[in-house]
Amino acid sequence: MSWIPPSVQRLLDSALVAELTVVNGRGEPVTHPLIPLWDGEAVYMTSAVLFSKKLEHIKRNPRVAVSITDPMACGGLTTRCSIQGDAVVVEDDLHDAWTEVMPLWRKKEPAIDFFLGKRFALPLFFERSVIRITPRRVTWWEDGDPAAEPQVALAEVSNG
Amino acid sequence: MDEKALRDLSKHAHVVVSWVGDDGYPVQTPAQFTVDLEEGAVRLAATGLVLPTDRRVNVIASHIRPQPGTGYDQRRYTELWGTLRRDGAEMVLAPDRSWGWDENEVPFFEYAERSNKRGLAYMRALGEERGVEVKPRLSPVWTALLATRLPFLTATVVPVLVGIAVAGRQGYFDLWLAVLTLIGAAAVHIGVNVANDVFDTLSGADDANVNPTQFSGGSRVIQRGLVTLKRMGLISVGAYGVGIAIGLYLVLTRESTELLVIGVLGVLISVFYTAPPLRLVHHGLGEIAVAIGFGPLMVLGAYVVQAEKFTTEPFVASVPIAILIALVLYVNEIPDRRSDAAVGKRTLPVRLSRDAVTAGFLVAVCAAFATLFVAAALGVIPRPAVISLLGLPLALNVYRGIRQYYTSPYELMATMGKNVQLHLVVGMLMFVSYLASIAIDGLLDDPPELLT
Repeated sequence: MSWIPPSVQRLLDSALVAELTVVNGRGEPVTHPLIPLWDGEAVYMTSAVLFSKKLEHIKRNPRVAVSITDPMACGGLTTRCSIQGDAVVVEDDLHDAWTEVMPLWRKKEPAIDFFLGKRFALPLFFERSVIRITPRRVTWWEDGDPAAEPQVALAEVSNG
Repeated sequence: MDEKALRDLSKHAHVVVSWVGDDGYPVQTPAQFTVDLEEGAVRLAATGLVLPTDRRVNVIASHIRPQPGTGYDQRRYTELWGTLRRDGAEMVLAPDRSWGWDENEVPFFEYAERSNKRGLAYMRALGEERGVEVKPRLSPVWTALLATRLPFLTATVVPVLVGIAVAGRQGYFDLWLAVLTLIGAAAVHIGVNVANDVFDTLSGADDANVNPTQFSGGSRVIQRGLVTLKRMGLISVGAYGVGIAIGLYLVLTRESTELLVIGVLGVLISVFYTAPPLRLVHHGLGEIAVAIGFGPLMVLGAYVVQAEKFTTEPFVASVPIAILIALVLYVNEIPDRRSDAAVGKRTLPVRLSRDAVTAGFLVAVCAAFATLFVAAALGVIPRPAVISLLGLPLALNVYRGIRQYYTSPYELMATMGKNVQLHLVVGMLMFVSYLASIAIDGLLDDPPELLT
């Protein structure tokens, strides 16, 4: 059973956008809005090579955080969370490997199949890397109030 | 500080504040905020997590609008960087850097197009790291279709078929020569399409164009790393080679000086359309060059191959086709006008005002239909050719589209598509009217004047 709190899992299942924060070469945080995909163990995000700066940052420093904070993008769920974790960039085959997360992606953005059918019009957009994030620590605001003290769950503790 | 970024940020309901924690992981917290434009700062309400004042923070606000069943739209985000200072219960960020994207301001396709070089550089670096070439892939069929812009061969098919039909109506027809004519003309057309990409890449025009559409801005296969510049050059030379070889065969077998003149003129116009030293399109002669090349030269050339002589009829028949194909280029140049101007391509939409370009389309399309009507009424071309006037509603549709979407490249795409259809529909209706006329002549001993 996953150590991730149920309310955070619901957020991960429903969120159409999350904020991925990575650390750039100067040690500054940089944040990118992306679709979070969740398979019950890891958070997946994909990035076209067109927007590859975040991939370079992750390869240099794999420590990242993902926040889900917009109720409008989460089917009205008001809980908010931030997940710190270790990211790996999977890009053995930029052309096809990312399609392994298509079933998760399709659930959130059914139109992706239509766009993939038009691959010829945006070939570089469909050369993609997968960012696989293993959660290490979850901070969440159950009622969504950022002024409140958040709850925290740690992977190590829950995994015993 | 970028005031626009602060204004953009103020449209959002909340922000996410991030910083790098002592353990090296980014820390994030949502926060309520207000924007103080006078102060040029973002004021953050108290948060459950303690915000740092000793390190750089990133503040981002993002928005999407869910669209059930498809996904989402209205993507936009704004992010700011700086160092926080405490002011009572609030924390204040006077940002020193900002970044963002709003797809209503920069359409996604433009955003992607602007990032081509980054994408290719990333793949190149990945390839160097692995010791193998990493490049974008597309099926060979799609790549060939894109590189040669094969769907645009209707611009060649229409005039060649009309030229053959004019000759056919006069009793001249050889299937083998007709097929060769079509292949030869198509090869030259492919040659010029590909050469156009090569020279527009060398001049920087295609790189400068960040609003390409399927009708404008070139094939993009070079910019998107699908085919190298060198290979495109070879394809162009090869296509010209095939076209010229077929042309020479036709000249020699028909022993026609007229055909030689037409062929040489056609090849020269197509080569020097974008190639130095003439670069016709750079000197404001692109529309005329296309009109001549895909109008009289193609129609007359196909006619002469069959009939081995010059007459007035194919020339008259070529005039509406010439005008309509020039209008295809003319409308396709509208979204390219800024990038064309930047590299000195003096196309009509570069030189003329929006009103003049729009009016110019109306005048030219009226001229095309008027020529058709008068020529058919006078019996210079078959009278059934008046059915080509069925293309008029399409022309009006294109006119309305130009007026409405002149400054919106992506919204203009449908109009550009209809404009291509206009040339195809009118041209094919002319061709069909010739076939009908040939059939009527064959079936009736004394056909009524209206049907001939």
